[in-house]
Amino acid sequence: MLEYLLAFLIIAGGAFTFIGSLGLARLRDFYSRLHGPTKATTLGVGCVLIASAVYFSRGEAASFHEILITLFLFITAPVSAHLMAKAALHLKLASLAERPEPRERD
Amino acid sequence: MIQRLLPHPLLTPILALVWMLLANEFSAGHAVLGLVLGWAIPVFTLRFWPEPTRIHRPLTLLRFIVVVLFDILIANLAVAKLIVSRPRRLQPAFVEIPLAVRSDLAISLLANTISLTPGTVSAELSPERDRLLVHALHVTDTEALVATIKSRYEAPLKEVFEE
Amino acid sequence: MIDTALTIAFTLVGLAVALSFWRLLRGPDAPDRILALDTLYVNTIALLVLFGIQIDSNLYFEAALLIALMGFVGTVALCKYLLRGDIIE
Repeated sequence: MLEYLLAFLIIAGGAFTFIGSLGLARLRDFYSRLHGPTKATTLGVGCVLIASAVYFSRGEAASFHEILITLFLFITAPVSAHLMAKAALHLKLASLAERPEPRERD
Repeated sequence: MIQRLLPHPLLTPILALVWMLLANEFSAGHAVLGLVLGWAIPVFTLRFWPEPTRIHRPLTLLRFIVVVLFDILIANLAVAKLIVSRPRRLQPAFVEIPLAVRSDLAISLLANTISLTPGTVSAELSPERDRLLVHALHVTDTEALVATIKSRYEAPLKEVFEE
Repeated sequence: MIDTALTIAFTLVGLAVALSFWRLLRGPDAPDRILALDTLYVNTIALLVLFGIQIDSNLYFEAALLIALMGFVGTVALCKYLLRGDIIE
């Protein structure tokens, strides 16, 4: 039973990671590409890390430190995405969507 | 006095928990060491924490976390489907969300939540800190999107951190 | 069972690394390359953790944690550089 759960988590993690990078390679403008790695890849690696935590908790000693990396990734992924979007807006990168009015910067 | 000795009462147990996870050992010794670190780190980094955080409704916060975790899963499936099936027919858009929350923590939590959930990434906060620019991967009804974000994520955050 | 799953996951993450590399080389702009680098960091964490499961060793956790930390700091520094032309103000 546990083995099925592990196999499912590992494959789901791999699949989401792959889809994240597929989005990175396939979508047509930078702002759209940003969505793949921030969401799909983060969840994919989260799945793999939880699988690892479950795998190493099977014996006597519990192992939960993978949760730390998962939490860290889920906290930092949106922050780096926000910074990259901000940098792209600053550089006035081409976008498929209508760009917002440029504002005065301090 | 208590304010100075224990400036962030919530941070102490969280840091202790992080320490025990890092050591990967849930023993009494590590709990004590973690609590000491959890006490010392906030005291020595006091000047980097601009405003004290108060949580008014812990239950609302808990419900918010559950909703967000669920939405992350749903959003990922939706985005994965969009990426795999029809990358050429997406309608991306920039959407501006007027903010009702004011505190730093609430704004950053809202921005992070938006980035992790339904097909949207927060891109820029206006200098007056009253509007958040959001990029949506595929959107047909921008007003509905703004309304969803405001009612689903912003309202609970405002309730928890500002009232 | 787990071995098969690991092989499939290794293939998928390997392909993800290849796609990220393609984006890193192709660009076309600096933020694209930063995004590709960031994705590569996260993919590397996945590879390391999968490898740890395969050889049944907890040893690679620290490496994965460090890559997560350094990757984030690197991305932030590069974005700051693009935004201000300067990293430390």
